[in-house]
Amino acid sequence: MIVARPKSFEDIKRYVGNRKKVAIVGCGGCVTVRPVGGQKQVQELAALLRLWAKKEALTRGSQPLTIEEETILRQCEPEFINSLEGRFKDCEAIISLACGVGVQCLADKFPELEVFPGVDAVFMGATIEPGLYWERCVGCGNCIIGETGGLCPVSRCAKSLLNGPCGGSLGGHCEVSPETPCVWQLIYERMEQRGNLGALDRIMPIKDWSVRPGRLVLEHLRVEKKES
Amino acid sequence: MDEEKTAKPSAEVQETSRLKSGSNLERLLKEGKFVVTAELGPPRGAARETVERKANILRGYADAFNITDCQTSVVRMSSIASGVILLEMGLEPVIQMTCRDRNRIGLQSDLLGAAALGMKNLLCLTGDHPKFGDHPGAKPVFDLDSIQLLSVVKAMRDEKRLQSGTKIEVEPRFFLGAAENPFADPFAFRARRLAKKIEAGAEFIQTQIVYNVERFAQWMTAVRAMGLHKKAFILAGVTPLKSLGMARYMKNNVPGLEVPDEIIARMEKKKSKTEGIDICLEIIEKLRKIEGVAGIHIMAVEWEEVVPQLVERASLLPRPTPSISAVPTC
Ligand code: SF4
Repeated sequence: MIVARPKSFEDIKRYVGNRKKVAIVGCGGCVTVRPVGGQKQVQELAALLRLWAKKEALTRGSQPLTIEEETILRQCEPEFINSLEGRFKDCEAIISLACGVGVQCLADKFPELEVFPGVDAVFMGATIEPGLYWERCVGCGNCIIGETGGLCPVSRCAKSLLNGPCGGSLGGHCEVSPETPCVWQLIYERMEQRGNLGALDRIMPIKDWSVRPGRLVLEHLRVEKKES
Repeated sequence: MDEEKTAKPSAEVQETSRLKSGSNLERLLKEGKFVVTAELGPPRGAARETVERKANILRGYADAFNITDCQTSVVRMSSIASGVILLEMGLEPVIQMTCRDRNRIGLQSDLLGAAALGMKNLLCLTGDHPKFGDHPGAKPVFDLDSIQLLSVVKAMRDEKRLQSGTKIEVEPRFFLGAAENPFADPFAFRARRLAKKIEAGAEFIQTQIVYNVERFAQWMTAVRAMGLHKKAFILAGVTPLKSLGMARYMKNNVPGLEVPDEIIARMEKKKSKTEGIDICLEIIEKLRKIEGVAGIHIMAVEWEEVVPQLVERASLLPRPTPSISAVPTC
C-alpha cells in the first residue's frame, strides 16, 4: 500500500488563504488503511479549518469559510472520480487527502480549480505492526528480489546496492540510521539459512533504470477490449 | 569473466606481470616493493595553494597520493582537478571516483577526461551517503555500485567499449583499485565481497583504517584462504590518532571503524600526539608482518604534517624508484 503522512497544518492554512469556499476530498484506498486521508480525516481537517477561520476572521479579511466534504472510494479510478461530476461548482480550491496519484486524477477532472495535496505520499510499504509501516518497494520496474532472497535492496538499502553491504553495515544496522536494519545483513542471513550463500558471489549486472515515466498496459485486457 | 578464467589457467601470473597503466604505483607493486600511499584531502574552496602546500609536505614520503572525491559527502575541490595540480608538480595521484554524485554517463565521461589529463591510478568507490555531508538534502545517485563501476572501467580499458557497448578508439588506461572494510558486517561476507571486487577488476585494495590488528589479521586469513592476496595488492589503511577526542570520535561516530578499548586507554593515559604516532608505528610494524599485505595507505586527515616522520620512523625511506619501464604492456 501507499503510505502517506499528513502535511503540516501550516501548509494547509497557506493553501486555504483568504478563500471563501474550498473542498476537502478524501480517498477510501491506501490513505484510509493508514489513516491519514479517509472520511474521518476529512471531517477532522474541515473542523480544524473552520475553527481557524473563525479565530483568524480579521487576518482573513472577515471572509467566512465554507468547506465541502467528500470522500470517494478511490481517487485513482476514473469511475469514482467521475462520480464527482458537477460538484464543487463554487469552490475555489480542492484539498485532496489522497496520494499524489489521486491528487492528479482529481486535478485532471477539475482543471479549472486549484488542487492541493493535503498529504505527502512517502513510500510503498507494508504494515509491520499496527502503526508501523516500512518501505518495501520503489516500483523500479525491473524486479530482482528473486535473486536476493525475496528482500529488496533497491528500496531497503540506503544506497540501493546490488552487490552486498557497504562498509557501514554494523551489528545488523544501516549506517544511515541505527533504527534501520541493514537489508544486506538480512539477505545474507536468509541465504545462509537456505544454504545458498554462493548465489551472492555472482556479480549483479548493472540495472536498467529506464522505467520513468512508467506505463503499464495489461495485454490481456487490451485483447479482450478489441474482441468485444 | 568466468570463461576467461577457465580458458587461461595461467591468467593470474600474466595478470600481475602485465602493466595496465604503467603508473609508479603499479610498477612498484608488481616489482614486489612494499608501497606507501598517502591521502590528500582537497580544500573546501578553490585554493590551488592548499593542494600545493599539502603535496609539498608529502612529496618524497609516499609512492602515490590519493585524492578523495568529496569524502563523507562534503563538497570539496574535485579529485581529478586536484590530481592535475599534483601531476603538474611531478607527483603521482590516485584519483577517486564515487558512484554517489554521477550516473553512468557522468562517471564514464569524467574518467575519459581524467585519463586524457594523465591520471593512471583510479580508486572506484560506492561513496558515502549524502546524509553524512554538508548537503544532506542532495539526491543520491548510486546508478552503479563500486563493483559495477569497476567492471565498467575494466571493460573501457580492456575491451575498448563503453557500458552501452559503444566502441571507443582510445581507452583509458587505469590501474584499478577498490576499498574494503574488514571490520564491517557480516564479517564472514567481507572476504567474499572482496573477491567480487577483484573479479570485477580491482587490482589494488585500500582497506578501512586498521586499529584492531587482530581482527584485520583474521580477515587476511580468509583473504589468503581464497587466494585473493595473489590476485590483488592489499594496502592496509592507517591513521595516526591526534588526540583522545579523535580516538573516541573514531570509535563512536565513524560507521564501520573499530578502535579497541586498549588504544583508547593508552590515549587516555598519555593524552598526546606522540602516543598516537607511537600507536600508529606499532600498527604499521604488525601489518608489515602479515602475509599478503603489499603496502600501507596513510590517511592523516588534515594532519599531513605527520606523514614524513611516520614514514621515516617506520624505516620506509627512501621511497624506491621503479626499475621496470613505464610503458603499459597490456
Ligand atoms: S526490486 Fe525492489 S523496488 Fe524493484 S520492483 Fe522489486 S521490490 Fe520493487
